[in-house]
Amino acid sequence: MSIAQDEPGAQFRLSMLLNDTRYRGYTFQAIALLALIAFMAYLGVNLVQNLAAAGLNISYQFLGEPAGYDINQRLVEYTSQSTHWRAAVVGVLNTLLVAFVGCFLATVIGVFVGILRLSKNWLIRQLTSVYVEIFRNVPVLIWILIVMQIFIVVLPQPRDFRGANASASMWFDAFAFTGRGFYTPKPVWMDGSWVVISVFLASIVGVFAFRQYAKMRLYRDGVMLERFWTSLGILFVPTLVVYFIMGQPIGLDYPALKGFNFKGGVFMRNSFIALTFALSIYTAAFIAENVRAGILAVSKGQTEAAASLGLRPNRIMNLVILPQALRVIIPPLISQYLNLTKNSSLAIAVGYMDLTGTLGGITLNQTGRAIETVLLLMLFYLTISLSISFIMNIYNNAVKLKER
Amino acid sequence: MTDQRQVAYVRTEMLPEQAPPSSQQGAFKWVRENLFPDVVNSIMTVLALLIIYYLLSGFLPWLFGGVWTADSIRDCRDVLDAAGREVGGCFAVLTERWNQMLFGFTYPTDQYWRPFTAFLLLPFAVTGLMFMGLIAKAFRILAIVQLCMAALIVLGAMAQGSGLGMAVTPAILAVLAFAISLLAASGTPITRYLILMTGLYPFVAFWLIWGGSVLSPLFVMIGLIVGYLVFKRGEAFGFAAGVALGLVATVIVWIIGGQIAGLAPDFLAFEAVRSRDMGGFMLNFILGTVCVSLSLPIGIVLALGRQSEMPIIKIICVVFIEFVRGVPLITLLFVANVVLSYFLPPGTNFDLILRVIIMITLFSSAYIAEVIRGGLAALPTGQYEAADSLGLDYAQATRLIILPQALKISIPGIVNVSVGLFKDTTLVSVISMFDLVGMIRGPILASTEWNGVYWELWGAAILLFFPVCYGISQYSQWLERQLDTSHR
Repeated sequence: MSIAQDEPGAQFRLSMLLNDTRYRGYTFQAIALLALIAFMAYLGVNLVQNLAAAGLNISYQFLGEPAGYDINQRLVEYTSQSTHWRAAVVGVLNTLLVAFVGCFLATVIGVFVGILRLSKNWLIRQLTSVYVEIFRNVPVLIWILIVMQIFIVVLPQPRDFRGANASASMWFDAFAFTGRGFYTPKPVWMDGSWVVISVFLASIVGVFAFRQYAKMRLYRDGVMLERFWTSLGILFVPTLVVYFIMGQPIGLDYPALKGFNFKGGVFMRNSFIALTFALSIYTAAFIAENVRAGILAVSKGQTEAAASLGLRPNRIMNLVILPQALRVIIPPLISQYLNLTKNSSLAIAVGYMDLTGTLGGITLNQTGRAIETVLLLMLFYLTISLSISFIMNIYNNAVKLKER
Repeated sequence: MTDQRQVAYVRTEMLPEQAPPSSQQGAFKWVRENLFPDVVNSIMTVLALLIIYYLLSGFLPWLFGGVWTADSIRDCRDVLDAAGREVGGCFAVLTERWNQMLFGFTYPTDQYWRPFTAFLLLPFAVTGLMFMGLIAKAFRILAIVQLCMAALIVLGAMAQGSGLGMAVTPAILAVLAFAISLLAASGTPITRYLILMTGLYPFVAFWLIWGGSVLSPLFVMIGLIVGYLVFKRGEAFGFAAGVALGLVATVIVWIIGGQIAGLAPDFLAFEAVRSRDMGGFMLNFILGTVCVSLSLPIGIVLALGRQSEMPIIKIICVVFIEFVRGVPLITLLFVANVVLSYFLPPGTNFDLILRVIIMITLFSSAYIAEVIRGGLAALPTGQYEAADSLGLDYAQATRLIILPQALKISIPGIVNVSVGLFKDTTLVSVISMFDLVGMIRGPILASTEWNGVYWELWGAAILLFFPVCYGISQYSQWLERQLDTSHR
């Protein structure tokens, strides 16, 4: 900025606070700070008066009191006698569960659709763009409610699985898709299962080590080792061998129809599935656009240059196009993940007990502690958002074009 | 060497051109290249055809076999059974509850024409701004659209036997649009009047939708005009002084005007409608347009503050923007619903719709600020330096050099934020306001007559939202191409 310099040694006069660009900034900042403090004080005084009038106070004591309500979908132990804090923890875990599964599904669908949108096939292009446009341009709340309705109305109820000529049947006798939710087999850990698991973890490390070794050989000797099948072998063979040596310590608990409902296995409630699915197909439409834009952003000359170097098509994709496209795709992708996480708070519309449902819903209504609960709620989402943007900044700096 | 003439097999005249082989032309070639170029693509095409067939075979009979007049879902099923149809939509719920879906269930029935007129006037306010340079064409299209609207209403009114009067407004407006189009085509400079119309619109729309005396919106407008004039005069003493003087003048006019309007509450008055009686798609529309327009100036200020060199102002803006962007809109709506009243002076009873408007405006202004910050950052440093070297101060440089360019860059982003915000207005149904989604989930699906009619209602919701959002996003892409002055 250009600063009109006064003659050296000029005395500071009070009028300079308004007229001199060197000092005017301080005046404005002081005014802004005073205004902010005054505004906050105004809100604070109002708050104190309102609380006094209602006979309330700000306190988080209620978190230690028994919640007194049930949560039907939970990842950790919880009963209606547990505290409100415990209920909030259940809610946090449920939110994170939806966010993780949703992000994973959205990425898979989104990348798939994004690539299909660039297909040579006219029909596929039209179909995928209809999908993208319809999902992007209708509110996600409507999609969540529609998917939930499909679950309730279209899928068979557990009673339809009963009897000799049931109208619905299980898939492979292991999976049951009902309007109440999905039932899948549950792994049962018996004695010695930890050996199998640790062998499997060791194999994963082994695969990475082998990949590193292959790379080293490629750079040192110019020998290209077969990588795909060897990796697959390292990953599965030792685990399977140990599994049978130890006498099959990991079993499966299949869901089975008992009376009017399924028993056993893992039960995923319809609200969870509907919410996750709706969020992922909605977000996938946005991700598909990001993926498409990212691939289009890599100029054609890159492909041609790689081809003229003698690379084969799939190597061109892996070594030339994708690394450059990912630099464009990843930042918007992560902000889509953030959006999905924030949108998961719409769980309240289908009765899934995420943090907004437990802490911001029932706990708020039961205790009437609006300020405290909403503050905690915001704090939680803020923490997630800020930590994800922090990771994103690190990533962005890592993949930034190194220019000299 | 032999004479050429002795070589019997040399042709002396050209053969006529032959048509390319049938596999290399026309529809056949297109189908082959675009649908069946190789095995994988052929399989995908067949799969896609199967999917389309599956969807349409379910959808079309449902759509065309639907029942449009019935009193309840049981009536619908009786009609379907009587006709011997297996599937068929019960669209009677739409014919019966259409007005509720559009206006909510407490807006006075005989006043529907008011929000409808406000809605029809909206394109007159924005077309001039949206399609600078194409005004004649844009208004010609607008006239046709209004005519179609009038025709549709006439058709609907003839089918129902009432409601013919609603067609009058679009018919008049179609003539108006056509006149504007002719004027623009003849080269008359009408941009000033179009901008005047844009400036007038918020007050007219407020008067139409909320009703009450014309004096209150009129004095609000006069206050703003007086404030602007005073600002123009006061600018001679510096930008900040001008703004301060203008604000004072505005407030003075508002106070005086409030007194006068209080004296004559029935002067040119429509029946007043309370905010809590607004509902349906109209509520989504009001929230969307009001919050986007209010959040634009706030967003600009926040973006400038974030780019500012004054640390305190910068910190305030950064904290606000990051905080609002980090929390879901639902938590802000909770604040509007249950928390905000704690922070207001005891005894004040703010309307819920107003509290919601405040929170959504704050929410979208943070997002718009980020978009505009992108525009400011994309501006070459040379522009800032050039403005400085011309001797412009901060206010002048920002208004004359920086903002016009930065805003131009960020318009597509702003439009995208607006679409997202318009979609997010459905979230107010979670705090039990009766917008379109709230109407469908609440009064309509919970009523004994229509309990169980899901797909027709959600389909209608999609049909209302999709054209608006799709249209705006297409406009944004078109604008991006128009504004793209780079050469490729």
